[in-house]
Amino acid sequence: MADLSVKVAGVTFANPLIAASGTFGFGREFAEFYPLSKLGGVSCKGITLKRRDGNPPPRIAETPSGILNAVGLQNPGVDVFIREDLPWLKQQNTVVIANIAGNTVEDYCQMAEKLSETDVDMLELNISCPNVKSGGVQFGTSCESVGNITKEVRAHCRKPLVVKLSPNVTDIASIAQAAEAEGADAVSMINTLTGMKIDIHTRRPVIRNNTGGLSGAAVFPVAVRMVWQVANAVKIPIIGMGGITTWEDAVEMMMAGATALQIGTVLFSDPYAPVKITEGLNRFLEENHISSVTELTGTVIPW
Amino acid sequence: MKYDIRKLRLLSNAEIAQGIFDMRLDYSDNPLPVACGQFAHVYVPGKSLRRPISVCDARDGVLRLVYQVKGEGTRIMSQMQPGAMVDVLAPLGNGFSIDSGKRYALIGGGIGVPPMLYTAAQCDHPLVISGFRNASLVILQDDFRRAGAETLLCTDDGSAGQKGFVTDLLRENISAVDAVCACGPTPMLRAVAAVCAELGKPCQISLEERMACGIGACLVCAVRVRKDGEEIMQHVCKNGPVFNAEEVVFHG
Repeated sequence: MADLSVKVAGVTFANPLIAASGTFGFGREFAEFYPLSKLGGVSCKGITLKRRDGNPPPRIAETPSGILNAVGLQNPGVDVFIREDLPWLKQQNTVVIANIAGNTVEDYCQMAEKLSETDVDMLELNISCPNVKSGGVQFGTSCESVGNITKEVRAHCRKPLVVKLSPNVTDIASIAQAAEAEGADAVSMINTLTGMKIDIHTRRPVIRNNTGGLSGAAVFPVAVRMVWQVANAVKIPIIGMGGITTWEDAVEMMMAGATALQIGTVLFSDPYAPVKITEGLNRFLEENHISSVTELTGTVIPW
Repeated sequence: MKYDIRKLRLLSNAEIAQGIFDMRLDYSDNPLPVACGQFAHVYVPGKSLRRPISVCDARDGVLRLVYQVKGEGTRIMSQMQPGAMVDVLAPLGNGFSIDSGKRYALIGGGIGVPPMLYTAAQCDHPLVISGFRNASLVILQDDFRRAGAETLLCTDDGSAGQKGFVTDLLRENISAVDAVCACGPTPMLRAVAAVCAELGKPCQISLEERMACGIGACLVCAVRVRKDGEEIMQHVCKNGPVFNAEEVVFHG
């Protein structure tokens, strides 16, 4: 058995596979398939200061090798999460990451304060949700706003802070540098790419929100490219995600520069995917006489 | 573990009406009992999402899924051959609750008819009211009678059964039943719910919404319901697909 553990911002994960925010709720449902301790960690459904009902349905459409979604951050609010879900999650023997989203910088800071008082392991700053009218991605598309919100939240956050980056930008490397410069301990990337699907018979967008976020295998090469670009631009670790479906994808994403990984869309066709990917990673390491999975990170040999 | 994914052997997959297929899967080794109104989440090779299909029948060790070819995913399903192993996550969701001693009207519209078969098998001499667009789409009427049901049929164009809507037949016969279960297109469910509310009959409806995980984690298949005077979001896959009609806030 190879050593599959990785460390991000001082937090040790038993393996690099983390369930991606928004695909896994607060973990209770998937815990009916396998113990969550099989995962390196869980990034919880994005939470906001107050309860949100989200967008009207339909919230999802299938696209070639992927899906579009526009859930719109439905969640019970940070206080309910802390009271009802976090204590259960902390008993599951896996790293717990709280993903936070807000309408204003103050929202993020208040949530960071509240969560810093809990035993959550990390915070993931969601400034890349494309499916809400205010907040979300508006903070994530310029270096100034990313730098500013990272700095403000950093001042209120006494937990390791991960900034989740949007791919809907011109130069993701400079955005990552802005987060790093203002105190981010790590970045996670990529959130979904904004997309659209139209029903040609009704001329209506399939998703009620008109546009949604594209994820799944279709976005994987984009994610690999962006992780590689950011790995070349920052020193902080990268949690890589975006369409990882097989263990081979996991190896590829780590070679591009990721230290840990998040897995999302593939869970909808195969809930056991993270377990299978972990097993595949271990086999690959053993067959190649690599003692630790950390030795894969950033080992691409570019032309 | 509450959920299980199994590879079930495909016994047959025949086209029983225009574009409607009857998939029968060997369920004899499966320990998870199915309740009427629950659904199966079927993996389709090459697709990002499973296809949620209501259980038509689950008696005698056979899981029967009757589905309509609507797009690419169901087209691939329709081409699966006997002997193939089909990857199925089932049973999911909350089905109809059936009280013994009550007589039920079971109302199906179009591809909402199939779940009423296994439901009929749980009821004592139910009245099954089926509605279809035309005669070429009529399915399962003999199956219902074999399950001990009285059957009434209508079509939009009168090419089979009575010309008209299921709500017409429901109104004519409502005094003969204690409660109603319905599955079908949203306008039909809304109309059935309205008739039941007007005439004071308890009504359960099975809803459909575009779905991903099937277990209540991803929150895409949202439905607005009224609980204790407050409107909240629930999810078709986990809280439903069956809801009390009076709780559902119809949209759009």
